[in-house]
Amino acid sequence: MIDDYLFVNGLIGGAMLGLSSALLFHFNGRIAGISGILGGLLPPREDPAWRALFVSALVIGGALVELLMPDKLGAPVQPSLALIALAGLLVGFGTRLGCGCTSGHGICGLSRFSKRSLVATITFIGSGAVAVVLMRMFAGGAA
Amino acid sequence: MKSAIVFVAGLLFALGLAIGGMLDPARVVGFLDFFGAWDPTLMFVMCGALAVNTVAYQISKRRERPVYDDHFHLPKQSAITPDLVLGSAIFGVGWALAGYCPGPAITSLGSGTLTSVILVAGLIVGSLLGRSASKLFEKQS
Repeated sequence: MIDDYLFVNGLIGGAMLGLSSALLFHFNGRIAGISGILGGLLPPREDPAWRALFVSALVIGGALVELLMPDKLGAPVQPSLALIALAGLLVGFGTRLGCGCTSGHGICGLSRFSKRSLVATITFIGSGAVAVVLMRMFAGGAA
Repeated sequence: MKSAIVFVAGLLFALGLAIGGMLDPARVVGFLDFFGAWDPTLMFVMCGALAVNTVAYQISKRRERPVYDDHFHLPKQSAITPDLVLGSAIFGVGWALAGYCPGPAITSLGSGTLTSVILVAGLIVGSLLGRSASKLFEKQS
């Protein structure tokens, strides 16, 4: 049950995401859309080195989080590993088909006032919200 | 320098996710739980990100090219296509199910939990399947 929320830390964390995206775009001309960066490795497309480096940095960053601020890593909401695998599958499939995710469409696309990204963002948030309603109804609360 | 930017951007991204609470799947699902115990944190994260990146983009787009490349790599598609909507809808379901989108999923691999490994394995397989599905839509247009 979430009864506290991160206002200041949310804004700061978000600003860091924005800065990350800005750096990648201004200096390297690349969109910081994680599904796209990963997708460009599956299979490896032109210039896979930077993608592999970025993904590695994410993982190393995650290891740093584990080391320095492990309380930021929350427990899984799904006890079932089968459902975790399914979730990964749906996210991987959907982001590939939809050409982007929360970072690609939500942060980068919306910053450029992209109509496609606006439609995508509204759709995945709306779909997610409906899914939560259904999960709460039928599973008596999956989370 | 080009690689240094990529690495720093990746680290910054992971740390930004952490500080913003986005590596806590319960908090992420809480944002999607509009009709229940709503957690607005993700909205603040988006606001922070968009505040910075919207301004940054206006600055960057004045350049003909990025600092370390000969052109900006922007998406070529501008029309609203069925695969965009369908893919996004499917992504939303998976996101709500486990509370992870691609960024947090890959970042959480750094913690080495079984959950993160299974999640990313699913992500990889899903992405490969999605690539095949994309091709079906390409043929139709």
